[in-house]
Order: sequence, then C-alpha cells, then structure tokens
Amino acid sequence: MSMSNALFTYTLRRADDLLILSQRLGEWCGHGPVLEEDIALTNRTLDHLGEARNLLTYAGQVEGKGRSEDDLAYLRMEREFTNVKLVETPNGNYAHTLVRSFLFDAYHLPLMQALLESKDEQLAAIAGKAVKEATYHLRHSSEWLIRFGDGTEESHQRAQAALDAIWTYTGELFETDAVDAELVKAGIAPDIASIQEAWSKTVDAVLAEATLKRPEDGFMATGGRNGLHTEQMGFLLAEMQHVTRAYPGATW
Amino acid sequence: MTEPINLEEGFQAKIDAELKIEPKDWMPDAYRKTLVRQISQHAHSEVVGMLPEGNWITRAPSLRRKAILLAKVQDEAGHGLYLYSAVETLGTSREKTIDDLLSGKAKYSSIFNYPTLTWADIGAIGWLVDGAAIMNQVMLCRTSYGPYARAMVRICKEESFHQRQGYEIMSVLSKGTEEQQAMAQDALDRWWWPSLMMFGPTDANSPHSAQSMKWKIKRQSNDELRQTFIDRTVQQAEVIGLTIPDPELKWNEGTKQYDWGTIDWTEFYDVVAGNGPCNKERSAARNKAHDEGEWVRNAAMAYAAKKAKQKAA
Repeated sequence: MSMSNALFTYTLRRADDLLILSQRLGEWCGHGPVLEEDIALTNRTLDHLGEARNLLTYAGQVEGKGRSEDDLAYLRMEREFTNVKLVETPNGNYAHTLVRSFLFDAYHLPLMQALLESKDEQLAAIAGKAVKEATYHLRHSSEWLIRFGDGTEESHQRAQAALDAIWTYTGELFETDAVDAELVKAGIAPDIASIQEAWSKTVDAVLAEATLKRPEDGFMATGGRNGLHTEQMGFLLAEMQHVTRAYPGATW
Repeated sequence: MTEPINLEEGFQAKIDAELKIEPKDWMPDAYRKTLVRQISQHAHSEVVGMLPEGNWITRAPSLRRKAILLAKVQDEAGHGLYLYSAVETLGTSREKTIDDLLSGKAKYSSIFNYPTLTWADIGAIGWLVDGAAIMNQVMLCRTSYGPYARAMVRICKEESFHQRQGYEIMSVLSKGTEEQQAMAQDALDRWWWPSLMMFGPTDANSPHSAQSMKWKIKRQSNDELRQTFIDRTVQQAEVIGLTIPDPELKWNEGTKQYDWGTIDWTEFYDVVAGNGPCNKERSAARNKAHDEGEWVRNAAMAYAAKKAKQKAA
C-alpha cells in the first residue's frame, strides 16, 4: 500500500465516523426532550459535521482524483463507507443516543489529542480545532450518563439497557490493520493501544459515578472499517443522498 | 410623594414618552395578558417552526447546506428560549406556557401548518416566511415592553441571516437546471399566499389592534407591514427570475406601491381553526417529544435533588 493510499483511507475512516454520527444526531433536531438539549444536541451535530467536512475535503485532496466533500458524502455506496457500526445504529431513546455518543466521545477526544502530534500537518490542524469541541462533547455525554445512572430507577434501567445493547459495537473502535500500521510507523497516526487505555479509564470512571455496570467484553461486531455495515446503513444513506442523486450534476 | 393619582394614566404617560415598561413596573392586567399571549405565541412559533425545516436536515443536498440549516434551526430553539424567558418576566412559568401549546389552547403562527415538500421549500421559508417575520420583528424591537424589545433586537440579527440564506437557496435554484427552476417556482407558488397571511387579518378585521397600537406593543398595522413586505419581495423575485403567483399584481405609479389580489381568508381561518395540512402532525410531534422526554427531565431533576441534599448534609 502506498503512503497516500493509507493516508486517504485513514482520513476517510475518521471522516465517515463523524459524518454518519452527525447524520443520526441530526434526526433529533426539533424533537429533543427539553429545549436546552435540543440546542446542545444540534451543537454537537454541527461540530461533528464540521469536522467531517474538513476531513472529507482533506481525504479528497490526498486521493488526488478531484473528489469534493460532497462527492465523498453523497456519491459513495454502502460498501464504500468506512465508519464503525457504532455510529450508524439507530437513535433509539435518549439514553441510547447519549450512551452511543459517550462511548464515541471517550474514544474521539484522546484520538484527537494524540493527533495534535501527528507528523501530517493537516491532520494535526484538524485535530487542533476538534479537541476543544470533543472536550465539551465528552463532558456533556458524561454528565448525562451520570444523571441517568444516578437519577431515577427508570433512567438507570434505560441507561444500563442501552449500554448492554451497544457494548458489542465498541470493539471496532480499536481495530487496526495495515493502514494503521503504516501510519503509526510514519508518525502520522497514534498507537491505538494508548487511545484504548484512555477510553477504558474514562468509561470506568464515568460508569462508577453513574452507578452503572460495565458490560463484559463478549462478541464484538466488526466489518465497518471495510465497508461491511448493518442493515440500517442503506436506509441512512438513501435518506441522506436521495435529493443529490436525483439531480445528477446539479449545484445547490 | 408624587405618585400619579391614576396608575393607568401614569402608565400611558410613560408609554407616550417612549419609556420602556419593565417587569416590576405597574401595568394594566389587560396589557400583561396581551403580552403573555403574544410573546408565548411567538415562542411557540419558533419551536413549532423547527419541525418543517428540521424535516429536511437529514436530506439537505450538500454538506454546506446541511450545516447552514442545522445552525438556523438551532437559532430558532434559542429564540424560543429567550421568548419563554420573556414570558416568565410577566409571571407565567415556562411549564405552564408549554402546557398550553401541548393541549392546543395556545396558538402559533399558522404558516408552520404547511408542509415542506421539496428542498426548495427550505429556500422559500427562509426568504418569504422569515422575510415576513422580520417585518414584524423589526417593529417589535421598539415595542413598549422592555424584555420583549431586547429579545427582539437579538433575534432580528439572526433572522436577517436566515432570510438571506433562504433567498440564496432560491437564487441558486433559479439559476440551476430546468428541474431546479421548476422546484423553486413551485415553492414560491405554494408559500406566497400563506406568507401574506402571516401579517394577520386586515386592519378592519383586527379587533385587538387599536389597543395594542395605543400601548405601543404594535407600532405598525397589519396592512402596512404586509404592503411593505410585498413591495420589497416582488423586486427580489424579479432579480432571480421567479414569478409571484398573483395575476393582479401591478405597480401603481400613483401610490408608489404594488396593487395586488385578494387573500383567501377562508383558508386563513380554516388553518387557524386547526384544519391546515399539518396542524395535527405538528401538535403530535411536539406532544411526542414532550412525552418521550419526560423520563429524561425527571432523571435530571431527581439527580439535581440528590446532589443538593448531599451538599446540605
């Protein structure tokens, strides 16, 4: 694999996680449990989308085939998307949405912190902007997890059920392959082991305060990084892409 | 002591002198009631207005448009918050105000009972609906009740950005493919008359207007605002090559404004009465969000109470 191929794939994987998560979170806009949360969740959606756009644009440049952020977002099919399955899982109830975000935020923040040191200047610059936002996101989702876990019996049960259901999707965050190996060697990507350690520490600390139980690591879902997604992914893309695809070549 | 002999006269004198009424000032009950009704309707309009636009967030045809739309709908949630706070300064809790929306007792702008059927509707809402709302809101920056006027100053800044982005969507579509142009014209055709209805009944049929003008809650009449909006918007439509769906529309050299056709007031009163295309859907969506959010709000309150108790112990 050439270095530019590896860098393209690595950047695209980061972009797809954020794009698909923002697509899911955008479904909440106008339907949140309280107006303040509608605003907070939309803020998060905007941050993820903004970071995804920076990463997609950069991936297009690295690839060198003239693909724009919109080409990459709207004109790829299911099998070409490289996000983890975690972010494409349907929103479910508010506990499910925030547990999903918490498990992602606890991974995203240390990843962006590590990328500040990347030898790739563009990735380091994108991380520079993302760290501030990701810090806020993790605080927001952690606080809600604690409120749910230590709030009412109902909220505790809902949060625990969400955690138990989603846990199987967390393994994928820490998978590595030849793409990662090459970029770690070049000082562009961080070693995933250090990210996993930071993630695990955050998860333990927040779950302890929330009086929630960390699920056992059982079977872990896999495939997203290589374009093997859940059945929901096709519907998500159909909704996201249909207008753009219905009018080929149009500008908006 | 130089207290005015008559509180009501003192109050009116203050308004006539262009002084703002503040929450702790004495005010007639009817003034308070009118404001609570008007500001809460305005707040509800912001919140219900999130629904027709939110409908297109997941389908926006470019990532840039998606980001702009998200930011716009988020602004509306923010406007809802300031306005609910302004209602609270008049002694009505946010909970009570929202309960009135959910039960169907309180109204919101009827325009949000129309459906967003194509992407061009997002352009038409920004251009026409926000454009019409701004006419009213610019006037309200000078309204006599201080907290309302101040909220409006902030809201107006964001609304003018909303109007521009809507017009820009329409402008891009009208320069686009034939299908895009048709989409833009169709949206204008559907949104034009409902936008004119946003200014409310004609002055002759607007029973509360005279008192609101005397109290300087309103400062221009429905018909005046509507005419200004038409004069401005017709020119904007010409610039981007779209046709206003009114065969009677004609420049009047004598009055220096446009003459125009007749609003279908039957439709207006039907939609106000609950029989618009989406009244039931809007109400159902707000109620669903509220009901499904109940356990979330309860958890937050229970947790806050627990923490407060621990702190006190």
